[in-house]
Amino acid sequence: MTSTFLPDRRTGPGTAPPPPPAGAARARTRRRVTHWLTAVGFQLPALVLFLVLVVLPILFALYAAFFRWGGFGMPSDYVGTENFTRLFDDPVFLGDLWRCLLLVVLSLALQLPFALAMAVLLNQRMRGRAVYRMLFFAPYVLSEAITGVLFGMIFAPGDGLADRVLGGVGLDGLGGEWFADPSMVMATLFLVMTWKYFGFHMMLYLAGLQSIPRELTEAALIDGAGPWQRFRNVTLPLLAPTLRISVFLSVIGAIQLFDLVWVVTQGGPDHHSETMAVTMFQFGFKRYQVGYASAISVVMFGISLVFALAYQRFVLRRDLQGATTTMRGDGK
Amino acid sequence: MTAKSRGRFRTLPLHVVLIVVGAVMAAPLLYAVLSGFKSTDQLSDNPVGLPGPWEVSNYTGILGSGSFWRLVGNSTLIAVATTVLVVAVSALAAFSFARFAFRGREALFTLFTMGLMFPFAVAALPLFLLLRSMGLLDNPLGVILPQAAFGLPMTIIILRGFFREIPGELEEAATLDGCGPFGFFWRVLLPMARPALGTVSVLAVVTSWNNFFLPLLVFTDSTWWTIPIGVQQFQGQYSADTARVFAYLVLAMVPALAFYSVAERQLVGGLTAGATKG
Repeated sequence: MTSTFLPDRRTGPGTAPPPPPAGAARARTRRRVTHWLTAVGFQLPALVLFLVLVVLPILFALYAAFFRWGGFGMPSDYVGTENFTRLFDDPVFLGDLWRCLLLVVLSLALQLPFALAMAVLLNQRMRGRAVYRMLFFAPYVLSEAITGVLFGMIFAPGDGLADRVLGGVGLDGLGGEWFADPSMVMATLFLVMTWKYFGFHMMLYLAGLQSIPRELTEAALIDGAGPWQRFRNVTLPLLAPTLRISVFLSVIGAIQLFDLVWVVTQGGPDHHSETMAVTMFQFGFKRYQVGYASAISVVMFGISLVFALAYQRFVLRRDLQGATTTMRGDGK
Repeated sequence: MTAKSRGRFRTLPLHVVLIVVGAVMAAPLLYAVLSGFKSTDQLSDNPVGLPGPWEVSNYTGILGSGSFWRLVGNSTLIAVATTVLVVAVSALAAFSFARFAFRGREALFTLFTMGLMFPFAVAALPLFLLLRSMGLLDNPLGVILPQAAFGLPMTIIILRGFFREIPGELEEAATLDGCGPFGFFWRVLLPMARPALGTVSVLAVVTSWNNFFLPLLVFTDSTWWTIPIGVQQFQGQYSADTARVFAYLVLAMVPALAFYSVAERQLVGGLTAGATKG
């Protein structure tokens, strides 16, 4: 029995040819491997680009953060966690964290509710709706650099538009040094950010509002719910997934804020508008303390990671079970 | 149910609110346009009113200089190259994510989606070092390649969602007609996905056009400066000539706003789709 297969086995190309059922399995395996290679082959260009230019730099920052390094040659002066301990003793960096938190709180308390109110207003059928929508969103498509220069001039102390208008209507007291005043600079910055970004959040909310079936609010109306009750008990819960995404984007935006600040104040006056990214830029590109600047990158990375994971775990997860949105697909 | 006139009365306060907000939104832009038509002396005497006389020399002077057009050309070239690259590469990857079941797919997809969570600023410094060691500083590729790389997550997510909705029967039919995977992708999927490709392209163009951080790092001399860098430099150079800076700002805004007015639907659709599918 076995002998009849022996010659066959020996003459088989390369390794021994298997008996028929095994041959089918091998063909299947080969087909599966080809399939896998094809699938991954399509991924390859994107994967290479992403690994080299996104993942590798982030990993390298993680490494360089443990060295005292001027940015030339390879880092060699290992200092352990010194950069990090120095970072958390640095009043400027602690201030960055505080200002980041401040912007997040202001955005959640003022900017996003304002965007929501505007979205609810513009979700109604009314004259000029398209024009308002377009106007409110327009600043979002402008470069931060252009926005920054524009508002730097509008809030120029004394002869900028803001002070002139306030002076003209007898409200001189409200005017001031704006970006040049340590106690006003963050408020002014937040004002500009609201001008630039609220339209984006409004558009998100509008898209969310339009996906809410009209029957639901009508049913509530028939049940005798007033406008506020309809909003509070029907619209708002159904809009929750959109709100959560908008909050997420707002926080990530606050963590990485750079362009606007750099163009207008470069973090001044006296660090009062500095952000983490600005501090990182100052140390990395102006003072050549690349190891220390890398530590700032790592902390930003850590904050984003912890926030994103926690948010995904505790806040966004509910959306995957919800019926009103199609979040990240069906996974598997 | 209720009289039409009552409905109209009720909306009156809403209109007032919208008009006020609209005025605040439009005022900075209008102010910049009008200021550009003044001389700087006129601007300091009459900051708010209409120009008298209307000076066009600020605008014509900038439009007549080659340096402004050079910025426009650079920004255009970089935006187009970035868009072509990121859309092409993402379409291939999204096709694989949407139409293949293969080992490691979900892990790979998670890797790309993680990219959405991380601000560019995190990678800026090491990226700069990498580009320097690759000799890509002061080279448009030094901006194009990283922009494309950072655009991948959003583009892949949007395209994958779209590719998934194309019915499987089409793929079977194409296979029966002798199409390989690439043939199906090229001849069936891409033509059908034109609206989605339009959306992600518009997103990529706008993102590249407005990018400031990366060109700031990569372009040390003015050869390849893009518009955002040019604006900042111009303001530094002519800070005393306020009216001229305003004119410059307005001209720098025009391409983005014009593009927005043409591609509003794709832009808003892309941003909302990207946000809700991410």
